Amino acid sequence: MKKYRLGEFEEVVILTIGVLYKEAYGVSIKKEIEARLSRSVSMGALHTALVRLEDKGYIKSFDGEATEERAGRPKKYFQITALGKKAMEYTKSTRDALWKDIPNVALHLKFS
Amino acid sequence: MKTQPSPPRLFLHFFRWYCHPKLAKHIEGDLMEVYHEQLRTKGKTKADIQFVIDVLLLVRPGIIRSRGKYQAINNTAMFKNYVKIGWRNLLKNKGYSFINIGGLSASMVVAALISLWIYDELTTNKYHLNYERIAQVMQHSAVNGGTVTFSSLPMPTSAAIRAEYGEDFKNVASTWTGEQIVAYEDKVFTKIGCYSESSLPEILTLEMIHGTRTALEDNSSILLSESLAKILFGDLDPISKQVKINNTFTQQVGGVYKDIPKNSTFYGIAFMAPIRLLFSNGTAMDNWQSSSFQIIAEINPKNDIKVTSYKIKDILYKHTKDATRPVLFLNPMSRWHLYEFKNGESVSGRLQYVWLVGIIGSFVLFLACINFMNLSTARSEKRAKEVGIRKAIGSVKMQLVTQFLSEAFLVVTIAFSFTVILTAFSLPWFNELSGKQVAIPWSNSAMWAIIVCFIVGVSVLAGSYPAFYLSSFKPIRVLKGTFKTDRFSVAPRKVLVVTQFTVSVVLIIGTLMVYNQIQYAKNRPVGYDRSSLISIPLLTKEIQQQYDAFRHELLRTNGITNVSRSSSPTTGIWSSADNLEWKGKDPNTQSLFGTISIDPEFGDVVNWEITAGRNFSNSFASDSQAFIFNKAAILQMGLKEPLGESVTWHGKNWNVIGVVNDMVMTSPFAPTMPTVFLIDSKERPFNIVHIKLSKNSDTRKVLSAIEEIFKKFTSTTPFNYKFVDQEYAMKFAGEERIGKIASAFATLAIIINCLGLYGLASFIAEQRTKEVGIRKILGASLFNIWGMLSKDFVVLIAISLIIAIPISYYSLLQWLQNYDYRAEISWWIFLAAGGGALCIALLTVSYQAIRAALMNPVKSLRSE
Repeated sequence: MKKYRLGEFEEVVILTIGVLYKEAYGVSIKKEIEARLSRSVSMGALHTALVRLEDKGYIKSFDGEATEERAGRPKKYFQITALGKKAMEYTKSTRDALWKDIPNVALHLKFS
Repeated sequence: MKTQPSPPRLFLHFFRWYCHPKLAKHIEGDLMEVYHEQLRTKGKTKADIQFVIDVLLLVRPGIIRSRGKYQAINNTAMFKNYVKIGWRNLLKNKGYSFINIGGLSASMVVAALISLWIYDELTTNKYHLNYERIAQVMQHSAVNGGTVTFSSLPMPTSAAIRAEYGEDFKNVASTWTGEQIVAYEDKVFTKIGCYSESSLPEILTLEMIHGTRTALEDNSSILLSESLAKILFGDLDPISKQVKINNTFTQQVGGVYKDIPKNSTFYGIAFMAPIRLLFSNGTAMDNWQSSSFQIIAEINPKNDIKVTSYKIKDILYKHTKDATRPVLFLNPMSRWHLYEFKNGESVSGRLQYVWLVGIIGSFVLFLACINFMNLSTARSEKRAKEVGIRKAIGSVKMQLVTQFLSEAFLVVTIAFSFTVILTAFSLPWFNELSGKQVAIPWSNSAMWAIIVCFIVGVSVLAGSYPAFYLSSFKPIRVLKGTFKTDRFSVAPRKVLVVTQFTVSVVLIIGTLMVYNQIQYAKNRPVGYDRSSLISIPLLTKEIQQQYDAFRHELLRTNGITNVSRSSSPTTGIWSSADNLEWKGKDPNTQSLFGTISIDPEFGDVVNWEITAGRNFSNSFASDSQAFIFNKAAILQMGLKEPLGESVTWHGKNWNVIGVVNDMVMTSPFAPTMPTVFLIDSKERPFNIVHIKLSKNSDTRKVLSAIEEIFKKFTSTTPFNYKFVDQEYAMKFAGEERIGKIASAFATLAIIINCLGLYGLASFIAEQRTKEVGIRKILGASLFNIWGMLSKDFVVLIAISLIIAIPISYYSLLQWLQNYDYRAEISWWIFLAAGGGALCIALLTVSYQAIRAALMNPVKSLRSE
């Protein structure tokens, strides 16, 4: 059953929003992901993911302040919604369940 | 001032253009923030590059704006449904579909044929590539107080134009066209030939198959048309073959051109020969006094026809000093066919017919569209439930309009496919009727574009009213079953029926009037006896020289009463003069007379009627300088006592010895031309031999006898004869053609009308089934019910008669203005047309009415 659908990148983004808590907006999310996961994130990919998450109702946004650095454009801050939280938990629990059920042998074989 | 480094403007604008407005602001903010950071840490270039990459990578489905306000929904399924429902409806009501599709395709065939005809008319002469720059040199002369326009000009005119205004003209060519005898070895044919100066093939841009267009520069050369070359030489190479013209000139084939198509003025010209041949008997080529040549000119591309036309105006007068003060001008090729000259003005002549026929054609099409509208709305009650349900489910009005329009489109498309087939099949018949050679230009892309527009146009025209009408039903009323078509929906239908019948009645009246006019002209007293009269053209000199012997041989033959000669046939006046002077003539005006030389037997052969004086006679030597006038001429001259008057012409005095009754020699619709007869064949050489057969002779036998004698004198000339009564009948061909076309249209219009009426009547009868049943139970007779059901239609037709009669009366008055000899518009025509239309309509309606009246009331009342 596809109750909650969260792609890999979407999951990363929503987790980062959670990490940044009140400071989550486009550039800060991008920098955070780049720093933590050491991978480069294009503006396009990030914003597409944000639009999709918002469409699914996992995050909500509100306008923030405008700075000179942003040429007078407002920041848009993101926050995880209750539905988003459920989706994250669901994803995590399914992953955990999967982790738990992997027999030790399967993993150990790799090192042998 | 603080200079703010900014990212590449082009890409910033590009971003703003494609980005969804909701996202644009903060994404742009993000972009700018990143940009400024990059600017600080890595420098402008790298920041710019990164910016561009970011902007380009943002072009993603989630971010770019949608095209319109909302996303388009896929409509194909709905259209499929429309077509399916439409198709099922067609199959369900076969009779109705037949009426609609049959009526539409019949009228579309008419529209298609007429379009082809109009196309052909409008593209006349466009075969010639220099169409825009070709003109005919013509003259306006002051005659009889008005201006008469002639195309015949003296031979030296072309040379004078070349000499004086050579820089304006590319080519100028004098031409003379007529029936000539062409012979190659034992093959002899009478063909139309054109003698011309060498530049004519170049002016006309003939398509050469062999040889060159310049071949006529050599006086011993001749150009043949492809078809003539084929019948003369078969598959042999025609170049340098020797052909003989009129048994006189031996010419060498210098080239072969493709046959000139039928919609060219020069159609039918089978050969072109140097014009010098006509002067090989020693006649001077610089004679300004004899006008018998057509001059065709091609002006230089940089010159304007109008300006050049004005320049040359005085050339003719300068040389002839003619009292009619001739003014030369150029008549551009574009006005040759569709315009004519009336008192010196080029006015639309044939063009009016083209318009008229076009209007009639669109009317016929319009009638079929009306049928479609009528039947669709009449059947509206049956479709009302469907409309109600569709609306209840959620269709908006526009969707229902689309549905009914697409149904109309379906019907029109089906009708059109029939049209294409029918048009292709009826084209040969139509070509015969119209005397044209029209073909469907399958490969013409413009035609296909027009066809598509046409189908869409007809669908919209026929479908829009029912579509808007049907789609306006209120679903609640319809589904509750309280819906009845109300008064207001019937009114437009009545208007449509009235319109239809008005058009048909006008067409019927027009047709009757055309035939009436033809009949009237046919009944006109001709003034001579054309029965058992044969004419033979004298093309070669052999019979001319031995005429007396030829005549005697003929007279010895059984069945031949008399033989005579003249310069013009009895069915035409080939020459005229405007320089006759008589006592009491107004010196300021010139009068035009037809001039015909005859021999003394002519009067006896054609059986003319001398009203005063006497016929020419061989026993009076003085008759060689005598005139016989017809009555019209005497009237024109204003002579009270014509006999014994002396008329001056060509420097001689001619005695008036007789007056004959008017003879219809030119158009039977025109007033008789004032004509003078003389026996001096030096003035007007003899061209025609007339042979009168005795009433009860075996024509075939006599003809073969004549041919035998003819061949004895001139074995190499083809024996061509014409029956004068047939030639005379040919004069009505144009009018009879109009009559035939008009009657075809009128018949079609009536059929389409009746189809519509039939359909309408059947629906009304069906609607009133219950009423008829109850009435029958209560004791109504068959006649009562028939009267009740037919009455409505009779009223409508009466109204349309009231509208149609004045319209047709005034348009017929206009049409009759074209004829000097015209019939009165008599009341019986209107009576016949009105009565006929009423009868046909009643018959159509009655069938349905009587069927409804005969129905068993038990059956009609039991249902439900």
